[in-house]
Amino acid sequence: MTVVRIATDAQYRLPDSDLDRLNELDNQAQVAVDANDEGSFQVLLAQMVELVRTDGEALADDELIESEIILPWPDSTIAEVREAFTGEGLIPG
Amino acid sequence: MAGTSGRFTTMIKAKVNRLLDRAEDPGETLDYSYTKQMEMLQNVKKGIADVVTAKKRLQMQSTKLEQQVVKLDTQARQAIGAGKEDLARTALERKTLAQNELQSLDPQIAELEAQQQSLIDKEQKLRTKVEGFRTKKEVIKAQYSAAEAQVKIGEAASGVGEEMADVGLAMQRAVDKTESMRARAGAVEELEAAGAFEDLTQLGDGQDDIDRQLAQLSSGEQVDDELAKMKAELGAGSPAPAGELESGGGAPATGPRPGAGQ
Repeated sequence: MTVVRIATDAQYRLPDSDLDRLNELDNQAQVAVDANDEGSFQVLLAQMVELVRTDGEALADDELIESEIILPWPDSTIAEVREAFTGEGLIPG
Repeated sequence: MAGTSGRFTTMIKAKVNRLLDRAEDPGETLDYSYTKQMEMLQNVKKGIADVVTAKKRLQMQSTKLEQQVVKLDTQARQAIGAGKEDLARTALERKTLAQNELQSLDPQIAELEAQQQSLIDKEQKLRTKVEGFRTKKEVIKAQYSAAEAQVKIGEAASGVGEEMADVGLAMQRAVDKTESMRARAGAVEELEAAGAFEDLTQLGDGQDDIDRQLAQLSSGEQVDDELAKMKAELGAGSPAPAGELESGGGAPATGPRPGAGQ
């Protein structure tokens, strides 16, 4: 299990079997960000959020655990993501 | 596991680290972190209050505009009844403007409602986490040596710190939204202050500046359509007694030609 946070939403425990899919979407999202392709980015981000919400299990409110992965908030734009998150991309590797 | 620490975590992690670097004494770090958490909770409460205030302001405007729409509609009908087409047109222009404002207010009120709910949820979650941190903090202080405590603090503080950073992010978004709606509410109030929705009994003779602005703002076609429809409904401008509108005014032939009076 991997703890994933959807920013401004919640933390989830995601089965590790979903990580490849998440990573794949993340790589595509990164390409969209680099190309400034807002439409594709929105679609990919929505897919990542959907995957985590569907397969993940929300952490209890009293759990104090650091997330291994943090996704941007669901309706964020490329500009917002660039401003809020600096680094190599959503998920490295 | 390697490779899963997100690239997007940089900002949030940096905030946590700054928090942890603050003090060398573990006990002090814990207390400082806890103080920060309590401050954050206060901030969220204040943020919720701000959103509620902004929402109420828009709701009041909405109610007011609804009343204006009804009033202006009535006045347009009365004006047609009295054969004053210019006046009716002005009333309808104002009504159109009020309706447009109304339509734009609804989604904004819904948006603020959503922000409010999201902040309330966040506050609840953070409160629970802060409470968990407080308990842990006392245990760490009582049971661990300084070196051990540093590790334990790192674990406890990074979890709650990430939550705080995330709440901060949610707050910032709510503040941004609230600000833009506040500006929007201000714009509607300015229109109102300029008399854009004022009822026609306060209108002097002829066109004033507001009328000219209104004519530009509102869709002329929409006003034309509505005017025509109203005239048809009212029996094509027959000088009906104001207030007493017969249903079934579908006998235009009986009335005088529209626009003849003035």
